[in-house]
Amino acid sequence: MAPDAFLADYLPIVLFLGIAGVMSALMIGASMLVGKSRPDSEKLSAYECGFPPFADARSKFDVRFYLVAILFIIFDLEVAFLFPWAVSLGALGAFGFWSMVAFLGVLSVGFIYEWKKGALDWE
Amino acid sequence: MSLWEHYGEPGLWLILQIVAAIAVLLGVVAYVTYAERKVLGAMQRRQGPMTVGPFGLLQPLADGIKLLSKETIIPTQANRILFLLAPMITFTLSIAAWAVIPVNYQWVFADINVGILYLFAISSMGVYGVIMAGWASNSRYAFLGGLRSASQMVSYEVSMGLVIVCVLLTTGSLNLTEIVMADRPWWAEILLLPMLGVFLISILAETNRAPFDLPEGESELSGGFMVEYSAMTFALFFLGEYANMILMSAMTTILFLGGWLPPFGIEALAFVPGVVWFALKIAAVLFFFVWARATFPRYRYDQLMRLGWKVFLPFTLVWVVVMAGALLAFDALPGQTP
Repeated sequence: MAPDAFLADYLPIVLFLGIAGVMSALMIGASMLVGKSRPDSEKLSAYECGFPPFADARSKFDVRFYLVAILFIIFDLEVAFLFPWAVSLGALGAFGFWSMVAFLGVLSVGFIYEWKKGALDWE
Repeated sequence: MSLWEHYGEPGLWLILQIVAAIAVLLGVVAYVTYAERKVLGAMQRRQGPMTVGPFGLLQPLADGIKLLSKETIIPTQANRILFLLAPMITFTLSIAAWAVIPVNYQWVFADINVGILYLFAISSMGVYGVIMAGWASNSRYAFLGGLRSASQMVSYEVSMGLVIVCVLLTTGSLNLTEIVMADRPWWAEILLLPMLGVFLISILAETNRAPFDLPEGESELSGGFMVEYSAMTFALFFLGEYANMILMSAMTTILFLGGWLPPFGIEALAFVPGVVWFALKIAAVLFFFVWARATFPRYRYDQLMRLGWKVFLPFTLVWVVVMAGALLAFDALPGQTP
């Protein structure tokens, strides 16, 4: 396929993104125009069940969220590696299969270590 | 041939088609909210919306007008630009994903050869809207809700990805049309059945739906990452969430339920247009969404993470190897010469 024709396949996606983006901006703009605005300081303060917020909400948070994010990166990359492998396994044959088993085995060792260390436990 | 005839006219035609498709999609989204309320009502022996129009059919319209005319509140503590950008991103992504969905044979805007990868990428990017909303609001509930929601979405995305790999093993292509058209041996379909189960549960978690709706769990976070949003900014999140639900149902339909083809390959039913089958299958999965919401109590957060990381991830990982091995051993892989 010519590079031009190949890129032309993606044009509708760009248009979809553009049109949906413009549409969302218009919707917010229209509602700001139509809806009446009567701001007051209490209304514009952060929601905190009735009492004034103690401090900035962007405080320390549990490190486990960070761990989850790191685990996600590892496994999502692994999935991204598996996509082309899955599609072409028919051509790769047994060699491709065992290579991927070895790769998954190495990852599983890390996963088991994490499991035993309790990185996956929440309370 | 002038430049206008070569590029301008087809371009304008394409834009009009896309605008029409988005309008249809938003109409469907509106009536999915109506159908959800009706079904939930029936399951709880209520009537659901009844007052606006016959059988309450104009209810979505009334809701839309009401949300449009409300006041847009931007908290003083919030980061204004990010605060407004977050719902726009959520909405735009949930719409843009539809560019690659084939609703019938060759009825698709962008028939790209990496369709499923594109869908996977777009659904990953959905996390940005959530985490931006949670951070930009600068409110405790929104912040905690955003964090929880983001980690929940990424946790279940991994097992979703592995389920997709299982399906790809039997199709040999990333193109969505070819995934629908792929024919696989009957035992491969049986091997895919548990993956369908995992996928259905994962899409519930991925779209933050009950019983995994912890990010917006009313009893503890009173709305989660969208607690500070009002009027149209809230409506965009709402539309995005429902468009995502329909998108996930469409993905289930394409990957497991045979897309626009008649169910179970019954040739006698082929006279019904493919779009109708596609819509019916999506409606069935959406019904499952609502059914789950009406049936199950909300999960606890540690249970949710345990299910994602300690049950689904090892299970799908093993299943990828099992399926690959079985298909290889019986010469059933696409492109494999027996």
